[in-house]
Amino acid sequence: MNINAKTQIQEFRSVGTRPVRQDGVDKVTGRARYGADYNMPGQLVGLVLRSPHAHARIKSIDTSAAEALKGVKAVITAADLPDHADGDEGLLEILDNCMARTKARYDGHAVAAVAAIDEATARKALGLIRVDYEVLPHVTDVDEALKSTANVVHEHATSRVDPEQNVPLNVHATEEFGHGDIEAGFAKSDLIVERSFKAEQSHQGYIEPHACVASVNADGTGDLWVTTQGHFSYRIVCAQLLGMDVSKLRVTSSEIGGGFGGKTHVWAEPVALALSRKAGRPVKLTMSREEVFRSTGPTSPASIDVKIGVSNEGVITSAYAHLRYGCGPYSGVWGMLGAMTAFACYDIENVKTIGIDVRINRPKTAAYRAPSAPVAAFAVESVLDEIAQKLDMDPLELRFRNAVKNGSRSSYGPTFGTIGLVEVLEAVKSHPQLNVPLAANQGRGIACGYWFNIGGQTCTTLNIGVDGTATLTIGTVDVGGSRSSMSLVAAEELGIDYDKVKTVIGDTATLGHNDTTEGSRGTFSSSMATINAVKQAIGVLRERAAKMWEIPVDDVVWEKGCARAVGEEHGNLPTLSLAEIAKEAPNTGGPIAGHSEIVAEGVGVSFGAHICDVEVDPETGATKILRYLVVQDAGRAIHPAYVEGQYQGGAVQGIGWALNEEYVYGADGRLQNAGFLDYRIPVCSDLPMIDTVIVEVPNPGHPYGVRGVGETPIVPPLAAVANAISRATGVRMTHVPMSPPRVLAALENAKVT
Amino acid sequence: MNGIAVSTAINGDDIEFLCRPEETLLTVLRDRLGLMGAKEGCGTGDCGACSVRVDGRLVCSCLVLGAEVQGQVVETIEGMASGDSLHPLQEKFLEHAALQCGICTPGFLMAAKDLLERNPDPSEEEIRFGLAGNLCRCTGYDKIVRAVQDAAQVMRGDAA
Repeated sequence: MNINAKTQIQEFRSVGTRPVRQDGVDKVTGRARYGADYNMPGQLVGLVLRSPHAHARIKSIDTSAAEALKGVKAVITAADLPDHADGDEGLLEILDNCMARTKARYDGHAVAAVAAIDEATARKALGLIRVDYEVLPHVTDVDEALKSTANVVHEHATSRVDPEQNVPLNVHATEEFGHGDIEAGFAKSDLIVERSFKAEQSHQGYIEPHACVASVNADGTGDLWVTTQGHFSYRIVCAQLLGMDVSKLRVTSSEIGGGFGGKTHVWAEPVALALSRKAGRPVKLTMSREEVFRSTGPTSPASIDVKIGVSNEGVITSAYAHLRYGCGPYSGVWGMLGAMTAFACYDIENVKTIGIDVRINRPKTAAYRAPSAPVAAFAVESVLDEIAQKLDMDPLELRFRNAVKNGSRSSYGPTFGTIGLVEVLEAVKSHPQLNVPLAANQGRGIACGYWFNIGGQTCTTLNIGVDGTATLTIGTVDVGGSRSSMSLVAAEELGIDYDKVKTVIGDTATLGHNDTTEGSRGTFSSSMATINAVKQAIGVLRERAAKMWEIPVDDVVWEKGCARAVGEEHGNLPTLSLAEIAKEAPNTGGPIAGHSEIVAEGVGVSFGAHICDVEVDPETGATKILRYLVVQDAGRAIHPAYVEGQYQGGAVQGIGWALNEEYVYGADGRLQNAGFLDYRIPVCSDLPMIDTVIVEVPNPGHPYGVRGVGETPIVPPLAAVANAISRATGVRMTHVPMSPPRVLAALENAKVT
Repeated sequence: MNGIAVSTAINGDDIEFLCRPEETLLTVLRDRLGLMGAKEGCGTGDCGACSVRVDGRLVCSCLVLGAEVQGQVVETIEGMASGDSLHPLQEKFLEHAALQCGICTPGFLMAAKDLLERNPDPSEEEIRFGLAGNLCRCTGYDKIVRAVQDAAQVMRGDAA
């Protein structure tokens, strides 16, 4: 990497290229090993018994018949997972979610588990467990749960609420953000639009179900092979829940078959460990797809009110949002995240957001790619679109007039540094899709989106091989090609070719702690730590070259993968290559390595804007996506093909949520569509190509300018599709998913009124 | 044990195995024969991650019983490359970054191979409908479709 003397722009040799990924051949030949593709000697099959009730007191569990069945090696209930939380309410909630202690709190909540010699025996044993339930009233709807008469989901429900507010019992937490005086702002606005929106619950829908193999020994040591976004975090939580020493549990992350936030939380892993501990043998536990839907994931169902006031010139004078997010039976941060992101794209003088987490009898909400932001954007961007229509203003121009810039005070507090929303909007403006004419029943929607990204604890090691190649060990799980990005970064910094660096994910015994791959932090944080580790290794390489030359180390520089002597005395020495220095390592001080242990700071937030063209069939209410464009600031795209992949994949997940995906609960509180046939994620024939534009406004907080890119792409689609449908039909859509029956009902309703 | 003896050919090799009557072909491949390239994403034929071919027909191996392949020819992802030479579809999936997590990739490759052998010059729409039985949650399908288009061209021998 060099700085261009004229432009002062970084110029890269490896970063920004598109090589074949290093784990690719394994993945196209079927050799890559995911969660379920691993076995241990003597392993048993574990299965979990789940509550058929949305809310029930567990009066007793009789496991005697199951235990007596030949081939059954262990049966566990909550009694086998004693409370080691030591008063930590959050940890106790995780334990309660893994195995119900006194009450089943949602349809699918685990109540017992067995380990047996094979699946048939384990399944038979599940049928022999007798659970005596006292069925309790339940509530699965967010707004219903907020009514004071609604049934209390969790006895700790008031724990984080100011008692003076006298709020209903199912409110878990209330968070408020903003500045200015919104009432004064509304008073001076020329136009106010106020609307309420509803978003149904969706699931991350990763194709690989949760799977693990657990082995706990009598001496208190253990191994866990698991599909996870964060094996270090899983180790800590599992060890704490099981009462083990953290360092005695070794966790290896398998290849991960999709996570999107859904594999940041433990579910079955502590159960598998407890089964193994009781049986004295390894236990393999894989979830069925039905279990994945009923018991893991989902995002929050939400209900949102938005009120925005503008001047006749389209400047937002005041904005207010009240956002209610379901968090399942346990605590959540989802209301807070919605309230933080709702208006983050806009520079607003008077703004206030209130986010509430509401306890309901549905599975514990897990993060799903920019959690809470897509439905907040759905509400806010829909109101802005309506404002643009009422002002007869280009919706893109309305965004330009209010977009945050460098130095804007964000709606949730901090002042933005170098950001790229305006550059993103400029790229949208010049894109040819905006000039494609639309026919009858067709509409074009625009929406913006924001996600802030996180840094966190990160640790990497670079080892120089005897032949001058390099192995980079990182601890952030690779969810979509990041190992190749790290090899590009190491190659760039070291000055060698990409194919001379091999990046692997270390297990928990190999590296210091790494935070989970979440919050768009994987590439951002690990590339920063990688650059540090390589710099340290280069320091060692310079010392070794100085020794070989017998000159002072200050007279050795590192250039293009070689040591070069400088100065009048030895400037004529031929360079020493990495391979030559590595070969001499045994005689110059031993193995050559570089390490980095950091808390990554300097995150660069990422803004995006999407344009969606649709055609709506007025007879059926079905929506077809005609064209779709994603424009987003990546800061610096290390491997542009995989940045595009994030843009396209996130957009399509959002399109699925916008048009089809929803959890359907019956009056009995049971999930009615726990399978891919009835929970319909987009398939290939539903979609056009997804166009992308990578905008690069370098993040000054990162040595190469990298911003996290993974989450922002799912933020705008719900709104972009809704705005397109609303313009195509002339009817404002306020409820996602906009499935054919729901669109048809809205069209019929509009005819009546 | 109510084992059924089955003789079959998998990726060109004669294979014999015992399985229980209710065991699926997917379970046999993964748990009895160690061929773990076919993945179980749903177990109900909705996701296509377990796609293989039986006597030239693309199937979800989770919906086929192990005993059904007696005397038949089975093709799995493990047989797609010839030695260390990748199939053009495998090459193009890598070149186009048509995979992220990769769990659906073996199924997509089997389905795409089946499609191109039946229709060497498919339109984009034919590719999209031909692969509609396989779910991918990461890519949004764009790069998968482009990889199949490019591989089709290579397999037809057209000039690039």
